[in-house]
Amino acid sequence: MISVKIIKALLLKDLLIEWRNKYSFNGILLYVFSTVFICYLSFKQINPVVWNALFWIIMLFASVNAVAKSFMQETKGRFLYMYTISSAQNIIISKIIYNALLMMLLSLISILFYSVVFKNPVQDPLFYGIAVILGGLSFSTILTMVSAIASKVNNNTTLMAILSFPIMVPLLMLLIKFSKNAIDGLDRSVSMNELTAILLLNVITIAISLLLFPYIWRE
Amino acid sequence: MLIKQNWWKYLGILLVLYSIFQGLLGSVPELPILHESIRNVYFHVPMWFAMIILFVVNATYSVKYLNSNNTKHDTWAVESANIGVLLGILGIVTGMIWAKYTWGEAWSNDPKQNSAAIALLVYMAYFVLRGSIEDEQKKAKISAVYSVFAFPIMIVLIFILPRLTDSLHPGNGGNPGFNTYDMDNDMRKVFYPAVIGWILMGIWLAQVKFRLRTLEVKSLEK
Repeated sequence: MISVKIIKALLLKDLLIEWRNKYSFNGILLYVFSTVFICYLSFKQINPVVWNALFWIIMLFASVNAVAKSFMQETKGRFLYMYTISSAQNIIISKIIYNALLMMLLSLISILFYSVVFKNPVQDPLFYGIAVILGGLSFSTILTMVSAIASKVNNNTTLMAILSFPIMVPLLMLLIKFSKNAIDGLDRSVSMNELTAILLLNVITIAISLLLFPYIWRE
Repeated sequence: MLIKQNWWKYLGILLVLYSIFQGLLGSVPELPILHESIRNVYFHVPMWFAMIILFVVNATYSVKYLNSNNTKHDTWAVESANIGVLLGILGIVTGMIWAKYTWGEAWSNDPKQNSAAIALLVYMAYFVLRGSIEDEQKKAKISAVYSVFAFPIMIVLIFILPRLTDSLHPGNGGNPGFNTYDMDNDMRKVFYPAVIGWILMGIWLAQVKFRLRTLEVKSLEK
């Protein structure tokens, strides 16, 4: 069922489309830049707690916008063609990998820009970096499935937010706690609970996505 | 089938009535801060137990629907979610009243309060999703997928996250649970029947709603 070759081909197709019309990645990047700048103009100075929370909220909105496209951009004809050459699992895995790559890159660029604009209070940059990358990864695993669900419904941009925000909260709370520990420069062993919980949540999400996607892909 | 028999409904009525009378009149240990408000444990906590059971029913029937495409399973899933949300709202309201008098404020930024509110948001999103799809089959299938997808995440939210952070609730963040120091044997004799009674009432309510919906569909088909 799951074939590495097909996943690779599907992933390459998504990356090529992205590379050829760069507008979607650039669009999201510009979205993040302008949001950060608006926040800077409205806040000017912020304490580390708000710094951290603000970053994750910006990332939350940016990722919902970025991942929402992953199923909507496919035309109906292209979907039909994909059904004939691949199984459901291959499609969802390739989408998750693609979104994860996109989101990790986006998160890294965003944190760089964010720390340039706002003064960076992080005391443990390595762990904060891990938190950011993990955040990009986990956002994309949850949102890929939600965007698959939302793409089946007509009015899907609002729906995407309604459906995803409540189930993103556990993840967001763990991420904020984990990254707050990194900002305070606490001993790394303190954050291990959160780290395992985030990874576990990712494993659960990917497993359920694999089980559930076959039920909706042909709807 | 067990669900078609009547004895468990009578048992549910009996247990709930017993827990109301005994809960208001029975003796409770005198504790600082809590005082008589400890009686709320017979009403507030069973709501959550019943809500969780109904959400489990919702997830089970959603899985069943995905495997069978039987409309009955979908109706069970919706109605159990309906009653689960109702019980969740009752649980939040009773909790807020209790919190107002013991913790000082109705909303005290307690992780369990927040988690419960968010769990309710998940199921409200489930209803919005259902409302936005016209086709019955598609509605049933996509909402079943969403509910199965959201259920494990909700379990993490309600059972695991509050244990990782400090909470004002007993049994979290180093606070001992009710069982270890507050609840004496007299209280247990009321508390456990109350939990079972409200769970039975919840399932009964869902069953009544299920029957109503089935009759509605039948009358439309004529």
